[in-house]
Amino acid sequence: MQNAPLLRVEDLKVEFPTRRGRLVAVDGVSFDIAPGEVLGVVGESGAGKSMTGSAIIGLLEPPGRIAGGSISLDGRRIDNLPYEEMRKIRGKHIGAIFQDPLTSLNPLYSVGKQLVETIETHSDLSPTQARERALALLREVGIPAPERRIDQYPHQFSGGMRQRVVIALALCANPRLIVADEPTTALDVSIQAQIIALLKRLCREHGTAVMLVTHDMGVIAETADRVAVMYAGRVAEIGPVRDVIKNPKHPYTVGLMGSIPRIGRDEERLTQIEGSMPRLTEIPTGCAFNPRCPLVFDRCLRDRPDLIDVGPFHRVSCWKYAEGVGHA
Amino acid sequence: MPDTVMARPADARGAPAFVRAEGLSRYFDVSPPLLNRLLEGKPRQILRAVDGIDFAIGKGETFSLVGESGCGKSTVARLMVGLYRASRGTVEFDGHDFGRMTSRRAMAPIRSRIQMIFQDPYASLNPRWRVREIIAEPIRAYKLLSGDQAINARVDELLRQVRLTPADGVKFPHEFSGGQRQRISIARALASNPEFLVCDEPTSALDVSVQAQILNLMKDLQRELGLTYLFISHNLAVVYHISDRVGVMYLGRLAEVAPARTLFRQPRHPYTRMLLDTIPDMDMTGRQRTPVAGEVPSPINPPSGCSFHPRCPFANDRCKTERPNPIQQGDALIACHGVEEGRVPDGPIGTAQAA
Ligand SMILES: Nc1ncnc2c1ncn2[C@@H]1O[C@H](COP(=O)(O)OP(=O)(O)OP(=O)(O)O)[C@@H](O)[C@H]1O
Ligand SMILES: Nc1ncnc2c1ncn2[C@@H]1O[C@H](COP(=O)(O)OP(=O)(O)OP(=O)(O)O)[C@@H](O)[C@H]1O
Ligand code: SF4
Ligand code: SF4
Ligand SMILES: [Mg+2]
Ligand SMILES: [Mg+2]
Repeated sequence: MQNAPLLRVEDLKVEFPTRRGRLVAVDGVSFDIAPGEVLGVVGESGAGKSMTGSAIIGLLEPPGRIAGGSISLDGRRIDNLPYEEMRKIRGKHIGAIFQDPLTSLNPLYSVGKQLVETIETHSDLSPTQARERALALLREVGIPAPERRIDQYPHQFSGGMRQRVVIALALCANPRLIVADEPTTALDVSIQAQIIALLKRLCREHGTAVMLVTHDMGVIAETADRVAVMYAGRVAEIGPVRDVIKNPKHPYTVGLMGSIPRIGRDEERLTQIEGSMPRLTEIPTGCAFNPRCPLVFDRCLRDRPDLIDVGPFHRVSCWKYAEGVGHA
Repeated sequence: MPDTVMARPADARGAPAFVRAEGLSRYFDVSPPLLNRLLEGKPRQILRAVDGIDFAIGKGETFSLVGESGCGKSTVARLMVGLYRASRGTVEFDGHDFGRMTSRRAMAPIRSRIQMIFQDPYASLNPRWRVREIIAEPIRAYKLLSGDQAINARVDELLRQVRLTPADGVKFPHEFSGGQRQRISIARALASNPEFLVCDEPTSALDVSVQAQILNLMKDLQRELGLTYLFISHNLAVVYHISDRVGVMYLGRLAEVAPARTLFRQPRHPYTRMLLDTIPDMDMTGRQRTPVAGEVPSPINPPSGCSFHPRCPFANDRCKTERPNPIQQGDALIACHGVEEGRVPDGPIGTAQAA
């Protein structure tokens, strides 16, 4: 965090115009990521994790649109660029990895052809050099015998191998930032461990910044430097991963951490957060978590909390931590 | 086919078996079409999804199966509820062997006593029916009650049992969240007063906070109704939390069966130990997880002998040729030559697992 941020997201707002009015899927989200840093993003399904990621890589599906705030890469605004310009930045500086590797791979072309084409678009390498680089990338992501595999088609690879190919594809242009949305969710734990180890190594060796979206706190715990916990389109808590996991502050994070079963911890019942996250059409006024919060008080029903410092780099949006209120 | 059918109690407490699988196998014919076989001289291909497994579950017990994708967990689940017929071996429920029963009629007396819950609650609920009809359907099908009033009262009771309200009965499945839909499918499964529930990844599609609600509900219902569970999940922490005993599957076979605490504190089989090493370190002890080398081989031509041998650091010549049979070691059953011969050292293979 001592480095200047590579990615800066400020007060980002993503909305969907619908027949029944505008739905706000991401509502004032701010964070940044330094070079070589992994920011984990967790939160309930529908909390806005993927929307935030899509906004950053400029791939929001219409009618979804950025309705406010800014996104900067290396100090340069990228949220308001024309499509063509953003496409170039996406190819060159931002790599994307999604849950289903097949969405990123073309079934009709061999893996090698897809890699070579991407490399050629983003460099002045000759076809032979590009193929050399493709082989090196496949080797780097741990595909055994890449010389034999490079001319095969995606369906000839297993799920874990395909995800490696997608990572190789995302690395083609030496991106500064990788946005990985549930990259291991569809994979077995054993393969997941391999992919996570790979992402971590790449991040360390190339100084790539990574935004890692996942449901899996375990993956966050071992991969991320910092973590942002999202709830109903907002950041509920953000901070160094150890602080957030060991000493969560936001009542939602506290509930979330307690609801995860742990090996070796013998508990008859898991902590249960009652109810479910509100739909976008039914977000209550005040703090969005107030109908489920065991600590709710009058101010929570009225005003919406913003992020408040609770420790070094650790911020929480909860009135309990606001000055003069509920300080223990 | 090793017939290691040992007369043994279902669990560590010595309770008799309520559900029992013996030598249970299910093969699938995945041969190319006959014409191709003739023209291209290709042989028949048999996939051994489940290949001779033995386990028993005591009444009121939760027995879980874990293992990597494709190891045969769901196939066992389907065999245990009679959705598949066994290719070999037996499935016994409360003294009735139904592994190879063919007709629905033969199954009838026990069918309502066994129910299944699936991973995707949405796919298993008819979207055009109201929740009340969905839950009442098994009651009508098995003619458990007659008269709308009695049936409605029972549906109300079931809705409350899964912590929904009678008013939810008039809604359609799409009006509910994923966790609520799973509650509806649990209510439907409970409608026929089953004693044995087979739960195939019931929380895998849910958020962790919703998963906690469902796991708590399942434990409450087990206590209230004395249910017996076969629970399937690839999430080892969930399995630790919910299970009394656990079976670890690899390529259609059981590598190890042990009480949950024993298995996680003292995994003995090399595969179990590898699997535990892949668990992310939530408690941030600084342990690095050791990625498992290699991938699961194809179940069509599984490796000879112990099918884990290509990935096992302790494999020797015997492992490559002779299939290991499960052998009782303390309170665990372990199918491994290395453990039997005492050449697999105790303790973790990679680094310490959470204790
Ligand atoms: N085309 C759309 N129109 C309206 N709302 C949408 C549309 N696409 C997504 N949303 C809503 O935007 C919100 C944020 O969705 P998003 O995909 O970012 O969630 P997420 O946190 O990634 O969830 P998950 O963990 O399930 O992937 C959700 O409430 C979703 O229902
Ligand atoms: N109807 C079928 N026909 C042919 N092969 C099948 C059939 N059902 C399952 N298989 C194969 O049997 C093996 C075991 O499958 P099964 O679905 O039981 O695995 P699983 O352990 O439940 O995996 P997962 O964790 O991915 O759900 C796999 O190789 C699968 O491809
Ligand atoms: S602001 Fe109030 S309702 Fe929201 S999390 Fe904090 S205490 Fe709970
Ligand atoms: S039988 Fe041999 S190959 Fe199989 S797990 Fe034991 S030691 Fe390893
Ligand atoms: Mg998402
Ligand atoms: Mg399955």
